[in-house]
Amino acid sequence: MRKTTALRAAAAATAALLTATACSSQRGQDAQDTTAGGACKGQQTTGITDKTIKLGGIYPLSGPASAYGTISKGVAAYFSHVNDKGGIDGRKVEFVVRDDGYQPPKAVEEARRLVEQEKVFAVFQTLGTPSTAAVWDYLNKQKVPQPFVATGASAWGTGDQHPWTIGWQPNYVAEARVYAKYLKDARPKAKVAVLYQNDDFGKDLLGGFKKAVAGSGVKVVAEESYEVTDPSVSAQMASLARSKADVLLDVTTPKFGSQALAADAKNTKWNPLHIVNNVASSAAVLKPVGFKNVQGVVSATYFKDPADPQWAADPEMKAYKDALHKYAPDADPANQFNAYGWAVASSLHQALDAMKCPTREGLRDAVRSLKDVKVGMLLPGVTMSTGHGDAFPLETMQLMRFKGERWQLFGKPVDTRKEFGPAAK
Amino acid sequence: MSTITASLGTDRVRWLRPTLTVLVAAAVAVGAPFYFAPFQVFQLTMVLVYAVALSGLNLLTGFGGQISLGHGAFFAAGAYTAAVMLDRYDTSHLATLPAAAAGCFLLGLGFGVPALRLRGLYLALVTLSFAVFLPPLLKRLEPVTGGSMGLTVNKMQPPAWSGLAEDQWMYFVVLAVTAVALLLARNLLRSRVGRALLAVRDNESAAEVMGVRLSLHKTLAFAWSAMFAGVAGCLYTWVIGFVSPDSFSFVLSITLLAGLVVGGLGSLYGPLLGAAFVMYVPSVSQDVSEAAPGVVFGLLIITVMFVAPTGLAGLPGRVLGAVARRPPRTTAALDRMPEAESAPDAEPESQALSGPSETHTPADPAVVDAEPVGAPPRTEKE
Repeated sequence: MRKTTALRAAAAATAALLTATACSSQRGQDAQDTTAGGACKGQQTTGITDKTIKLGGIYPLSGPASAYGTISKGVAAYFSHVNDKGGIDGRKVEFVVRDDGYQPPKAVEEARRLVEQEKVFAVFQTLGTPSTAAVWDYLNKQKVPQPFVATGASAWGTGDQHPWTIGWQPNYVAEARVYAKYLKDARPKAKVAVLYQNDDFGKDLLGGFKKAVAGSGVKVVAEESYEVTDPSVSAQMASLARSKADVLLDVTTPKFGSQALAADAKNTKWNPLHIVNNVASSAAVLKPVGFKNVQGVVSATYFKDPADPQWAADPEMKAYKDALHKYAPDADPANQFNAYGWAVASSLHQALDAMKCPTREGLRDAVRSLKDVKVGMLLPGVTMSTGHGDAFPLETMQLMRFKGERWQLFGKPVDTRKEFGPAAK
Repeated sequence: MSTITASLGTDRVRWLRPTLTVLVAAAVAVGAPFYFAPFQVFQLTMVLVYAVALSGLNLLTGFGGQISLGHGAFFAAGAYTAAVMLDRYDTSHLATLPAAAAGCFLLGLGFGVPALRLRGLYLALVTLSFAVFLPPLLKRLEPVTGGSMGLTVNKMQPPAWSGLAEDQWMYFVVLAVTAVALLLARNLLRSRVGRALLAVRDNESAAEVMGVRLSLHKTLAFAWSAMFAGVAGCLYTWVIGFVSPDSFSFVLSITLLAGLVVGGLGSLYGPLLGAAFVMYVPSVSQDVSEAAPGVVFGLLIITVMFVAPTGLAGLPGRVLGAVARRPPRTTAALDRMPEAESAPDAEPESQALSGPSETHTPADPAVVDAEPVGAPPRTEKE
């Protein structure tokens, strides 16, 4: 008897489950994807209405790269600021931030959540090369725009497999070209020693630099690499010092940037011109070394440093500081990452304004046909341009030299497009 | 259902309980992808992937008593085996599975050698070194592994006859592999190998005296365990379609171990619960506090360990035990072990009280002074 009761119960449970499946399946959500009519017929309008636009971002709020997570605060502050002023073209922005802990599988999960559950219009910013590489196939397959990813790898702009993805900040190759141009002009016979991080970032920059100086008097005479997991770069610095090069190109991330600058300062017998790349040029890197030890170090940048008093009266900088104070009181306005977030968000604002159709396709096309777009937070002379065969919005950088207690800009902004042509495929 | 579960403890229908559980579980598992949204199906798929890795670690840690902090590396090895085969040699997806399994089995066999001489924390350190040194190695081997940019491979496409969406097909494939893997783990533990492992964990000298070949079984435990991790890694590549050295930092190894302990060491379905914990709790904790998801996650782990020291798998047993106002019968748990299922001295009454989801906590013999490293914490005795 009991046997049949149990079996019946099992059958009933199964039946109930199947009924539930048939009746209230959550898979029906697929049907919510919408398309436009009129001139933009057939284009996707998921996540965008006349009154709202929903964007999603994936940042490492936790984990080893969580220092970058604060970029999302700058972005969110910008959108809140714009919403208070009526939104973007009348649309209020809803910005959903998710944490991937700098882990690619988590980034995939969050991207799927944003696209399938949150139904965002675009995934505005994924941070870091691994996370971005992990999701771009998926997003391109789903035809979801992935504008202005927060990584400088040149992969996002070369190749035509991923039309829905585009970078924003000057790519590492462009940055390398700026240094190459500077050396060709200022020290045409320079012998360069290179310290670089052994990953896509370091190799991209080193490769770009070698290509850019090829055929000129500037020669790379020594190169040493380190791993992110290495405790220090002192051994590499010692071996570079033996090369007697007169320029040191320092392609490092913040922690190793500090170490390299300190090692350079300690070695009084070798005094090369020290060029530190943009990633390791923040005050947080230079301060521990001691400002007196880093005088004359050269780097390059492209957006306004919120800690630099020369922008104190700048209207965009004022708006930024007020908005951050209002919407993200715990965020430090002097932190460059917040300013970065502000700059990239206002760049997206410009791209959204430029859309011909308020659709995903419209955004995809808009970010690929920017013409000298000015953004308040970017340095004067630095504008966004893209076009056919050029998927790098920013390719202009401004050189700067460390003097006293801060960076001082010098020379004219270097437009690497004009100098070197489009970045190589 | 309550009347049924209450009656299930009696001898007459004892065989029915597992059958019923399996039936219901199978129905739920098969029905799920038709009910949930694609994104949720993807999450479920990832839970299954982690469950395979955790059940491998469970063999080693839960049943073998050895701690490994290097399982993320075996996971990575399996994932990269699959990715490289798919990327460089255009093999079919299914062909990568045996390769990843065999490769990781051999790798585990090699790593089983230090397991013979080291134990406890020393062994953990050796395995940790493997987990730490693998990602930089993957970066250096750029021609094969794609360096730090990683490899993007094609995902498995559903065949036309199935009429399923990609996420559903993926789910079913992973579900099938997981079912086979869990069944294998279960049968392995019910075999000579499993009994030998338990004996070695509880008292090495006694086991040796009983004729268990220590070296063979310790090495094999590592090999089997690594194989499960490798299979999970292979599934991971199928599901995510992307591998990079940063995907497999040593944090993964620690996450796996934490997941297993939270899920329930030495329990057959603990890995499933642990995998769900690892998969869902970080996102839940982010919803709770956007500022510090890590803190919430950590607090939740502490809470679980405090409320359920034997892991989530042991929780129902503890709760029912508390409800019945008697301490949980960890010593009686042996009669839940398969070979003792029909032992005449099993007490039907206590089984009925603890219900169908009673813990699989392994037997805790009288070796009070020599607590094995991987064994679950003891609850107080009667």
